Amino acid sequence: MLNFLVRRILTMLATALVLTFMVFWLTNLPPNLEKLAKSEGNARMTDAEVTSWLERNGHAQPLLKRYGEWLGVAPGWTSERGGVVSGRCIPRGASPGDSARFCGVLQGYWGQSTVFKAPVSEIIATRLSLTGILMFWVMVLMVPSALLIGVLAGMREGSKLDRVLSTASIATTATPEYVSGVILIAVFSSSMVGLKWFKGTATSAMEGISFENFFLPVLTIALYGMGYIARMTRASMSEVMTAQYIRTARLKGASFGRVVMRHALRNALIAPFTVIMLQFPWLLNGVVIVETLFNFKGFGWTLVQAAGNNDIQLLLGCSVVAVAVVLVTQAISDLGYVLLNPRIRVP
Amino acid sequence: MAELGWPAIFLRLALQFWPVWLALLVVFAVSLRTRRRSGLYGRLFDSPLGMVGFGLVMFWVFTALCADLLLMFDPLGQIAQMKNKVPGTITPDGAVYLLGGDNLGRDVFSRMVMGARRVLAIAPAATVFAFMVGVTLGLPAGYRGGRLDAGLSFIANLVLAFPVILLFYLLVTPEIRATGLPAALAAVLFLFPVLFFTLLWNSRFFTRPAKRNLYVGLTLALGLWAWSGLAFNADPLGVWSMQPNMLNVFVSVVFVNAPTVFRIVRSLVMDIKTRDYVAAAQTRGEGPWYIMLWEILPNARGPLIVDFCLRIGYTTILLGTLGFFGLGVSPESPDWGSTINAGRRLLTIAPHPAIVPALALLSLVLGLNLLADALREQSLKD
Amino acid sequence: MADATPILEIENLSISFFTRRREIPAVMDFSCKVMPGEAMGLVGESGCGKSTVALGVMRDLGRNGRITGGSIRFKGREITRMGERELRALRGREIAMIYQEPMASLNPAMRIGAQLAEVPMIHERIGRDEALARARAIIEDVRLPDPDRILQAWPHQLSGGQQQRIVIAMALMSRPSLLILDEPTTALDVTVEAGIVDLVRDLAERQGTSMLFISHNLGLVLDVCDRLCVMYSGEAVETGGVTEVFSDMRHPYTQALFRSIPLPGADKSARPLVAIPGNLPLPHERPPGCNFGPRCDHFVAGRCDAQGIPMLPAGGAPRHHSRCIRVDEIDWNAPPALAATAEPTPPGEVVIEASDLRKYYQTAPGLFGGGTARIVKANEQIDFSARAGETLAIVGESGCGKSTLAKVLMGLEVASAGTVTLNGEQIQALPVERRGAALIASLQMVFQNPFDTLNPSMAVGAQIIRALEIFRIGSSAGDRHDRMLNLLDLVRLPREFAARKPRQLSGGQKQRVGIARAFAGEAKVVVADEPVSALDVSVQAAVTDLLMEIQRKNRTTLLFISHDLGLVRYLGDRVLVMYLGHVVEIGSTDQVFAPPYHPYTEALLSAVPVADPRVNRKRIVLQGDVPSAMTPPPGCPFQTRCRWKPQVPGDLCESVVPELRRVASGHRVKCHLTDAQLATMEPVIEMAG
Repeated sequence: MLNFLVRRILTMLATALVLTFMVFWLTNLPPNLEKLAKSEGNARMTDAEVTSWLERNGHAQPLLKRYGEWLGVAPGWTSERGGVVSGRCIPRGASPGDSARFCGVLQGYWGQSTVFKAPVSEIIATRLSLTGILMFWVMVLMVPSALLIGVLAGMREGSKLDRVLSTASIATTATPEYVSGVILIAVFSSSMVGLKWFKGTATSAMEGISFENFFLPVLTIALYGMGYIARMTRASMSEVMTAQYIRTARLKGASFGRVVMRHALRNALIAPFTVIMLQFPWLLNGVVIVETLFNFKGFGWTLVQAAGNNDIQLLLGCSVVAVAVVLVTQAISDLGYVLLNPRIRVP
Repeated sequence: MAELGWPAIFLRLALQFWPVWLALLVVFAVSLRTRRRSGLYGRLFDSPLGMVGFGLVMFWVFTALCADLLLMFDPLGQIAQMKNKVPGTITPDGAVYLLGGDNLGRDVFSRMVMGARRVLAIAPAATVFAFMVGVTLGLPAGYRGGRLDAGLSFIANLVLAFPVILLFYLLVTPEIRATGLPAALAAVLFLFPVLFFTLLWNSRFFTRPAKRNLYVGLTLALGLWAWSGLAFNADPLGVWSMQPNMLNVFVSVVFVNAPTVFRIVRSLVMDIKTRDYVAAAQTRGEGPWYIMLWEILPNARGPLIVDFCLRIGYTTILLGTLGFFGLGVSPESPDWGSTINAGRRLLTIAPHPAIVPALALLSLVLGLNLLADALREQSLKD
Repeated sequence: MADATPILEIENLSISFFTRRREIPAVMDFSCKVMPGEAMGLVGESGCGKSTVALGVMRDLGRNGRITGGSIRFKGREITRMGERELRALRGREIAMIYQEPMASLNPAMRIGAQLAEVPMIHERIGRDEALARARAIIEDVRLPDPDRILQAWPHQLSGGQQQRIVIAMALMSRPSLLILDEPTTALDVTVEAGIVDLVRDLAERQGTSMLFISHNLGLVLDVCDRLCVMYSGEAVETGGVTEVFSDMRHPYTQALFRSIPLPGADKSARPLVAIPGNLPLPHERPPGCNFGPRCDHFVAGRCDAQGIPMLPAGGAPRHHSRCIRVDEIDWNAPPALAATAEPTPPGEVVIEASDLRKYYQTAPGLFGGGTARIVKANEQIDFSARAGETLAIVGESGCGKSTLAKVLMGLEVASAGTVTLNGEQIQALPVERRGAALIASLQMVFQNPFDTLNPSMAVGAQIIRALEIFRIGSSAGDRHDRMLNLLDLVRLPREFAARKPRQLSGGQKQRVGIARAFAGEAKVVVADEPVSALDVSVQAAVTDLLMEIQRKNRTTLLFISHDLGLVRYLGDRVLVMYLGHVVEIGSTDQVFAPPYHPYTEALLSAVPVADPRVNRKRIVLQGDVPSAMTPPPGCPFQTRCRWKPQVPGDLCESVVPELRRVASGHRVKCHLTDAQLATMEPVIEMAG
């Protein structure tokens, strides 16, 4: 077990390293940096000026070195210009001697956002907590209903109930967030249809959530994932229901309810658990779309802003968080599978 | 300005689609007549939901094919008076915007029809390429195992651990195009089909050199010709080419889909390679590629066909996502994602410009999913 | 006996399955009666409807199955009209069922104790503690060691034999009056099977339980049952007391079935098996009249196919019936028309030889724990040789290393040590990809599972042609096509099968294609890994005979791997017995099947049920299961289960691996027992009278 854990964590770290490097590389491509120089300096810089600006700000060093600095395993760059030593780790006005040699993600220094003019770590912390609330309600709505639908459909395969629930699940998996969101807004909040039950934006939810301003975004994200989880649960459940041991239980004289609850459920939920955990990267997609659509300024909205405005540090920060979320949930899913399944548990 | 009522709109819409109805009628009549003889495809018509799914998919396929016949207006043409007009509004020169006008006064119906052509031009082709890559790499990973498998799986998991949206924001930008990275990726990804077919023919026909040389030769000639055109825009005859931003979108979508296909193929191979007929092939001295391509792959086709259908749907969703964020498409583009994005701003006042493409996308993907589900169910009945 | 109420009385039962296209009758007009304390055997080949009868009694036919006629009375109560609640009270409490796959029958996510205790908790509403106490007692009853540990165990932590004992314990928890056993030992090894059969018989006798015992194994039914019912294609064809049916068969199918299984006394040259011609009819293509008609030697057109045939009294014994319209006309004692006999082929020179062959696997460190790599000794010191035209049978239970041996010979694995010599060439270190086409063609294999041996997506002819191509045989595509047709002739398949896909063929036909493919390159040595064990008995004989015939024609050396001792005795010239990777005994068939035996061979022989009431068999039941090859016992591999061990002085058996020593010309045994001790062994099987 320990062995497994160590190997799992090592793979995770390697993945994280490679991924952050790739993001770093892709966000720090020469055209991006040129754009950065022009937006930070002035828009009518000559090529030579751009080059010298980049050199001055440590962007002309080799890629690996820059990545090391950003990560915090290589000492930050310094440069001297007109007797003033500036550097990555030297805050404006501070003396070089007082500053740390290393300043990167590992030291907690995530850089400065060029769009929001604030430290990246602060922005991400506030935005992430907003998204956290959204995700929490999505989970609360999505997981129990998906499991319930899946179990109900799968326990009697081929029944009318199964047909109806399965078709409904297929329909929701065919509806990406930007489609369901648009339809839901049009139906429930446009003046044209006139239902006006909910609000078409969730901007006010950032101050305080209410059923009226938060239900539509939550439902929009939940719907897409719900169908998928429900279908997995149904497949797993209907497979379990044909297993020999279910027949054994039935022929013991157990009632249908007992067969489902005591014998089928635990075996049937092993597979969906993994699926739910692996849904997180997808949910992230949904979050980005829904936050944009409903104008809810959370993590996903921030990511779009950062990417759209060439805010390199912020985009890197968002990527680190996104990648970390994905990797951690993958690890939890693996671990949970081991714990849930007695067959591969260490005796 | 006069308007048509909803019954009239539906009637005119139904009439407008006459070439599609005709084509559907022919396809269904022929398929239903021959269904007992046409294998899995025929059994699709035993399942009502399967028929609905197939019908929806074919509806959009024929719409895309006959788009020029169906169009009522130029999808890019603007009529100033028609801005945000409700469905059924009559234009100044007496024609009708059946599904209304958008915020620039363009015909929503014509844009929807043209959007179908855009989507169906990219999604199936991108899925085919993703399958070529996933299959060509997944086969040896599952069959050989060991280090090769560990390495390839690690790479696949890397790509899968990227949130798709982030990947798109990183990969589909004008800056990236300037670096030539998409072209390089395209060069690698587009080589896989050539590799796949060369291996396929060679492993089967190396015992008959004449036949082998013919097949492999044709594959290489055709494949490399197309490759030079698509990846480098260097086709001397100018038949094969792709716009740079289209290429960028295409490559990104293939890149996102291929690892999942890889994982599916790999696990199918690991299951099938324990069968006796694989051992029989080994004991008669067959090469590994023959076993992978001719003994294992054909017997994995059921789940792969199902996944292929699902994946076209998923690719359609991805393309919509790209359009929704305005990535890699021109603002004028009639594709469904961009149209939804353009329409969503005025959603509470004039929902139809967004709703129409949204429903179109929904029905196509739903059709593909229903089709996949029916295929899965019918193939399990053996 | 005659006026007691029967426990189970089935009258004219018909069961059908309904698909979208048609109704498929699975059981037709089936009647039988089980008296208290009686064991009723239900025998037949796959698809004959025997399991459907059992599920019909349990009323568990699934969504598509329905009882379409007749009645099932349990202790006088009509089961076919019971409501769901009544049925539940019956299941598990009064009627319990045991099935084929013990692992699949236990819930993997529930501890053994909870699964056992559930039965009385449902039916008698007793508390959990009381139920667990009862579970503990019954675990002792089924003779499992350490009941407290087992109560806490998960199913996957038990061996197959232990799992089946738990399933039996679960069935007996509420002391049912009727126990239905559906092929309870088919998935188990013979030596384990013997223990289970003893246990079932013993417990049923003590509790006075009646049994419905379903099996395809005639020998097992003879061992366990008082009465039996032979089924064919959905119908009972003969029913009666076990001894009456076995000694006075009154239905052509029963008789043909017995003539197609290798009983002691059958001989491949002098008294070959008689295969039943043709195939089992598909359920929706049954012939009019007698279902067995088209395959029957006594068929008379106009009578046998004129109308449905009722069960008629037969043989004279009171409860003996047969579904044969000509039951009183046929001379039942006439000897079978002798199939073509052949001269035994004299063996030629040595073709293949293995010497001190070993195959060790290094297992990867476990995924979850057990960090160090372990070595699995799959084959240890294998020595044998086989001559041209000879059949060397390799016998052993699962895990004995016989399949690994086949892989090493074929080059799918490379030997760890020792040599394999084929026609003077050493091949142990040549993996198959480095073997030349000629070498590969001369050493071929026939696989076990007919449903798996052919590529499902390629036409049969194309697969044979491919083998010819790869063996570099034939000058042109046309030439190879002709050769392929000749090969189909050789295995007696119609030439039009060339264009068919494997799924259009029956199991036996697929196996014939597999044989044709193996002989495509005129193989000198053919390794046949359980080639008929997945086939029905009536088909087994035909495929075996075909194999023998081609072997005689080509003077091929056949290495016939099998666990079926009856078959081995029938077709083997020489026999090699394997246990835990070791060769424990090798000799001519007569030598191995007669004393002196290796103690393992002795136990194996006694464990195999023989479908002949005249055979007396000594019962030697081995304790426990075969040890894992990961952790083999020290010393002699068999010492943990050997009943002769006390006779060997000191701890010789526990510490030293015995030598494979010669006890007679060509007969070698790996045992510490002295010649004198070996000489005291008595024959396990004797013909009475």
